[in-house]
Amino acid sequence: MSRRSHDRTLRVAFIAIPVLFVAIASLQMRIDAQTAESGTQQDELIFTSGAMLKKMSLGYDSLLADVYWTRTIQYYGSRIGTHHAKFDLLYPLLDVTTTLDPNLVAAYRFGAIFLSEPAPIGAGRTDLAVQLVKKGIAANPGDWALYSDLGFLYYWRLKDYPDAAAAYFEGSKNPAAPTWMRLMAARVAEKGGSIDTSRMIWQQMYDSTTNPKIRKWLRTQLDGLTALDDEIHLNELAEEYRKRVGRYPISTREMREAGLLPGIPVDPAGYPYVIGYDGKAHLAPESPVQEPKQ
Amino acid sequence: MSALTAMPAVVAVNTFREAVRDRVLYNLIFFAFLMMGAAILVGQISIGIERLVIINLGLSAISAFGLVMAIFIGVGLVSKEIEKRTLYSLLAKPIRRWEFIAGKFGGLLLTLIVNTSVMTLGVLLALVYVGHPYNPYAKEVVIAVYFILLSLALVTALALFFSCFSSPMLSTLFTLGIYITGVFSEDIRGFGEVTNNKLLLAVTRVIYYMIPNFHNFNAIAIASHGQAIPFRQVWQNSLYALLYVVLILFAASAVFSRRNLK
Amino acid sequence: MTAPAIEILGLTKDYPVGFWRKRMRRSLDSLSLQVEEGEVFGFLGPNGAGKTTTLKLLMGLIFPTSGTARVRGRSIEDVAMHREIGYLPEQPYFYDYLSARELLSYYARFHGFSAAERRLRVDRSLERVGLTQAANVQLRKFSKGMLQRVGIAQAILHEPQVIFLDEPMSGLDPVGRREVRDIILELRRQGRTVFFSTHILSDAEMLCDRVAVLHQGKLQGIGAPGEIVSLELQGMEILFEAREGRALPGGLAQRATQTGGRYRIEVPEADIYGVLGQLKDCDARILSVSPVRPTLEDYFFRLVKSEPHPAYAVEVGAR
Repeated sequence: MSRRSHDRTLRVAFIAIPVLFVAIASLQMRIDAQTAESGTQQDELIFTSGAMLKKMSLGYDSLLADVYWTRTIQYYGSRIGTHHAKFDLLYPLLDVTTTLDPNLVAAYRFGAIFLSEPAPIGAGRTDLAVQLVKKGIAANPGDWALYSDLGFLYYWRLKDYPDAAAAYFEGSKNPAAPTWMRLMAARVAEKGGSIDTSRMIWQQMYDSTTNPKIRKWLRTQLDGLTALDDEIHLNELAEEYRKRVGRYPISTREMREAGLLPGIPVDPAGYPYVIGYDGKAHLAPESPVQEPKQ
Repeated sequence: MSALTAMPAVVAVNTFREAVRDRVLYNLIFFAFLMMGAAILVGQISIGIERLVIINLGLSAISAFGLVMAIFIGVGLVSKEIEKRTLYSLLAKPIRRWEFIAGKFGGLLLTLIVNTSVMTLGVLLALVYVGHPYNPYAKEVVIAVYFILLSLALVTALALFFSCFSSPMLSTLFTLGIYITGVFSEDIRGFGEVTNNKLLLAVTRVIYYMIPNFHNFNAIAIASHGQAIPFRQVWQNSLYALLYVVLILFAASAVFSRRNLK
Repeated sequence: MTAPAIEILGLTKDYPVGFWRKRMRRSLDSLSLQVEEGEVFGFLGPNGAGKTTTLKLLMGLIFPTSGTARVRGRSIEDVAMHREIGYLPEQPYFYDYLSARELLSYYARFHGFSAAERRLRVDRSLERVGLTQAANVQLRKFSKGMLQRVGIAQAILHEPQVIFLDEPMSGLDPVGRREVRDIILELRRQGRTVFFSTHILSDAEMLCDRVAVLHQGKLQGIGAPGEIVSLELQGMEILFEAREGRALPGGLAQRATQTGGRYRIEVPEADIYGVLGQLKDCDARILSVSPVRPTLEDYFFRLVKSEPHPAYAVEVGAR
C-alpha cells in the first residue's frame, strides 16, 4: 500500500479533467448557439467608435484591424442564409476596421457590394456603402478600383448616371487605371441604364476581385444579367412571331420551328427559357439563375 | 463548516491576511483618486455622457487592476511558499495538499472580491457625484462587475496552477499569454474558419474550446449603455467559470500532490 | 507489546542529477529502523548523510523511491498521522508578517481546537519556549534563536505523541541549547517519543536512549550510545614526559603526539607492557595510564575519514 493519498488525487484529477473539458466545451457551444440564435450581438462594437478603439489599441491597431476584418467576414458568413439575415453591424464593423487600418482596401470593396445589396444578401444601405467607399477613396487616393466601386454604386444602385460617370472619370485620371475606365465614363454618360453597360460594370467588378466567395456571387449576378439580356432578345423575337402567326408562341420550340431561333436557347445554368402567355420570356421555374435586383 | 472546506478555509483566511499585510489593498487609494479625478473632469465637461464615461472607465479599471492583482499575487501563491520554505512546517500538519491549493485560491479570491466590491462602490459613488443619484443601470453595472470577478477567478486559478511548478516570471508570462489568447479566442477560431486549411481549422477550433473564453465575461459596454443582460447569461457564465476553475484546481492539485519539495 | 512509535522499512530515495537529469543519486539507501514509544532517539550523521532527507520523507514533503514508514501504526501517507506528530524543520522559516502568537494560532487551527483551547495551548507553548514577552512581535524581527524556539513551540503545540526535530540545537547559544535539552527531557518525562537529528554528538550521548548513525545514505550502526562505541577497540592512553637530555626511542616519538613537554600515546591493550618497558628504558616520567574511552566523535570521524571522497556528500539534493 504505497502512495495512497497522493495517488488518489492524481487518479481523481485524471478522470475529472477530461470530463470537465467536455462539459466546458458543450457549455460554450450552447452559449455560442444562443448568442447566434437570439441575434443579440454582444460585441462592444456597437458602442465603441473606431477612433476610440484605435487609441486603446496602444499601437497594435493594424493587428486589431485584421481581427475586426476577420470578425466582419465571420459576421457576414454566419448570418447569410439564416432567417436572421439582418446586417445591422456590418457597417460598424467595416467602419471600425477601416478606421484602424485605413489602407485595408478589401474592406471598402466588400462594403461596396454587401452594404448596398438588398436583403437577404446584404444590408440594403447604399448610403452607407457610398459613405464607406468615399472614406476609402480619401485614404487611398491612388486606388482606382475604389472609384470603380463608387461608380458601380451610383450606376446600379442609385441609377444616378451623371455621378456614376463622374466617378469613373475621376478614377480614369489615375495613370495606373486601365483604359476601360474612361470608356466606361463616356458610355455611362451616353447610354445610361442599358443592359450592356450594366454587364460591363458587373464584369469589371468580377474581373477585379480575387476573393473566391465574392467572385462566385458576382458570377451569379452576371448570369442573371445574361438571362435578362437573353429574355429581352427573346421578347423581340416573340413579337416577330406574333406578327407572322397572329399569336404569341407557347414555347421556344415553336419559335425554332418557325425559323426564328437556331436551337433551343438555354439560360446560363442550362435550363431552357419558357414563354409566358403574354409573350414574355422567363427563366424556367427550376432554374437556379436569378435576375439581379436593382 | 463542512469537513471538506475546513482546512482550505483556514488557509484562505491566512492568505487573505497576508495580502492585507502586504498592503495590496492600498491600490484602492490609487483607484479612488482615479475615480475622483474622472468624476470631476467629466462633471466639468457635462456633455451628456457622464454616466457612460464613468461606467466605462470605472469597470475597465476594476478589470485591469484586478487582473494585475490576480496575476502578480497568484503566481507567487505556491512558489513563494516553496522558495521560503514556509511550506515545510505547514505540510507537517494534518492538511492534504489539495486542501492547501484550494485554500490559497480561496484566499486570493476573497482578496479580489473585497477589492472589487470597494471599487464598485467607488464607481457608484462617482455616478452619484456626476448627477445620477438614481442610477437605472445599477443592476447592469453590478452584473458586469460580477462577470469581471468570474474572469478574475479564472485568471487566479491559472496563475495558481503555474505557481505550482514554475517560477514567478514564467508563470506570469504563461498566465498572461493564456488570458490574451482567451480574450481573442473567438477571433482565432474565426481566422481558422476563413482559411481553407483543414488542419488550421481543426487546430483553431480545439484552441477555442480548450482555452478559457474570456470574451464571455465582457459586459462593460453593455452595462454602460444600460442594455439588459439576460439571466440566462448570468447562470451560463457562472457555470462556465465554476467548471473551469474546478478543472484548473484539479490540475494544480494533481501537479502539486506529486511535487518533491526541495 | 505495543507497536513501535516509528517504523521505517526499507526507505530509499533517489534524486536525478546531472545536466539531463538521467543519472540517479541515491541519497537514502534502504533505511530500516524502529523507535519504541517513549524513546528519545538520536539520528546522527555528518552533513549530507541523509538525515534531513529521512525526515522530509517521513513528513511527506518528498516521496520515497521505494520503501515505507509508519508512525504509531499509521502509514506516512495517511494524513491522519500528522495529527499525532510535531515537526521542527531544519532552519525553520515562518510567515514573517505574522507575530509568534498569530503563527501558533494559525497552526493550531489545523488541529481543530475550540477557540478557547487554542488560546490556552498557544499561551502554554509560548511560555514553555520562553517567548511570552515577544509573543506579539512580528516574526520578521526575530533572531535565529528565537525562530528556533517558535519552531519548537509549533511542534509541541498540540501535544503530539511523537515529535520530530531536525537539528534542534542549531543556531542556539549555550543557554538556548540547554533550554532545548530541557524541553526534550521534559517531553521524555511526559512519555512522548522524540526523534531528533543532530551532528552535535555530545548532546546525543547525553540525551538519547538510542542512536542511529547514518553516512552517505546508509545506516552504519544503531544502538545505545555506549553500545556503538564499544564496538571499537579498547586501548590505553599513556601520558608521559621525556627526561632532560634523554631521547625517546624513534618509533615511540613518531606515534606519540606532543604538546609542550608532554607526550600522549595510544596503545592497544596487548602492547601496554612493551611500551611501558621502552619508556622505562629511556627514563621517561609516566604521568598517567588510563583506558581510552572512544567517544561517538571518534567513531564518527573514523567513519567519515574512511571514505575516499567526503566532498561527495555535499551534492545531496536535500538542501
